[in-house]
Amino acid sequence: MPFRRAVETIALALGRAAELIVGFDPRLVHIVGLSFRVSLSAVVVASLVGLPLGAAIAVVRFPGRQTVIVVLNALLGLPSVVVGLLVYLLLSRAGPLGPMGILFTPAAMIVAQAILVTPIIAAFARQAIEDAWREYEEQLRSLGAGPVQAASTLLWDCRFSLLTTVLGGFGRAVAEVGAVMIVGGNIDGVTRVMTTAILLETSKGDLPLALGLGIVLISLVLALNAAAHLIKDAAQRRYG
Amino acid sequence: MNAPASLLPLRIEDVCFEAGGHRIIEGVSLEMGAGARTVILGPNGAGKSVLLRICHGLLAPTSGRVTWNVSQPAGGRRRQAMVFQRPVMLRRSALANVAYGLKLAGMERHERQARAQRALDDLGLAHLAGRSARVLSGGEQQRLALARAWALEPEVLFLDEPTANLDPGATGEVEAAIANIGATGTKIIMVTHDLGAAKRLADEIVFLHNGRVLERTDARRFFNGPASREAAAFVQGELL
Repeated sequence: MPFRRAVETIALALGRAAELIVGFDPRLVHIVGLSFRVSLSAVVVASLVGLPLGAAIAVVRFPGRQTVIVVLNALLGLPSVVVGLLVYLLLSRAGPLGPMGILFTPAAMIVAQAILVTPIIAAFARQAIEDAWREYEEQLRSLGAGPVQAASTLLWDCRFSLLTTVLGGFGRAVAEVGAVMIVGGNIDGVTRVMTTAILLETSKGDLPLALGLGIVLISLVLALNAAAHLIKDAAQRRYG
Repeated sequence: MNAPASLLPLRIEDVCFEAGGHRIIEGVSLEMGAGARTVILGPNGAGKSVLLRICHGLLAPTSGRVTWNVSQPAGGRRRQAMVFQRPVMLRRSALANVAYGLKLAGMERHERQARAQRALDDLGLAHLAGRSARVLSGGEQQRLALARAWALEPEVLFLDEPTANLDPGATGEVEAAIANIGATGTKIIMVTHDLGAAKRLADEIVFLHNGRVLERTDARRFFNGPASREAAAFVQGELL
């Protein structure tokens, strides 16, 4: 009865996974912690670049702007393994940034995820800010705002929808596997994050840890989306 | 210390404006000096709002010239302000909205808080200072827009159908505020298609039809008997 056995295996694995989570299993905690550290850092870097970039593209009219927007939107679908490969080439010993010696370290993973997430944040920020700009443009120009002042005003005024964008970027970073696998190398205790651990443990047949991490990952993504929704909703009521 | 030379008169010389192959303004020449409240009156589609935006510098004329008595340097305080049909409020408190305009005008932080508070007092909005601007009622938002303009101590205040979206009570409050601002010596240049508003506020009427100035008359004379056939029909409530 292969079906019944499969169900039993999964049930058993789920039970053990729950024990790992509830018992704060040190291995699991370490992996989750590293995932957070890497993806949070990457999103901070990506936001520092992507938000002003998106705002600038939204507000400033320059030749080739449409092309930039098309390219930016295309980069939304950037495959993470390709980003991993490019960063790998940059950071490998023979590469231009090889002397930094950060390949197979969390720093390399942060770089790769930041590159992956920056276009996402920039593209969604551009859209949100351009919509707001349409509403605000005459008023801001009437008050004498230049492009830089207009862009920073809009960044602040769109802060709640941009927060959703940033949380979405974090969700993308923490759930991607290709880039961190290539540039991090999935080294136990050093560069092993949730997604790469799930990959490895599944192939080894250690389902409880893989499932436990999977549950944490899914809960995390759910919680992020719920938070984004609640924040936006509350802000809408408070600030209009 | 000499008082800076007045911005006025504003000279509009043979201004034309085209958009999408349509002539919206056809050879308008006007000179507007200090003092009298000027109302630019005309049916929808006459080009009133476009003409106002050209005067305020939000649109560049296709041909012709707009000159002020003294040229205005780019950036810094503009000495002219505009209130739009639909007020655009920033996602912050009423007080912060007024202070924002002062910040763009280059006023120091401690000074602008006090000045913004005074402007709210003058417009009877002091009790709303801490409220979020975007959740105020339409009439309150429009008075707040007036306070934001008024705080800048403009020599010229442009108004584009400021009461078109308001109920009679709010209209009365906004018109009273406009009259008060005019009484302090600020030149009022207002666009409307509303005969009632024009009668209540105008010292002189500039009647615009199909992008041309058909007449410019003292308000009382205009309403007793307009010189042009079109204006007579408009005052009679006929559809143009």
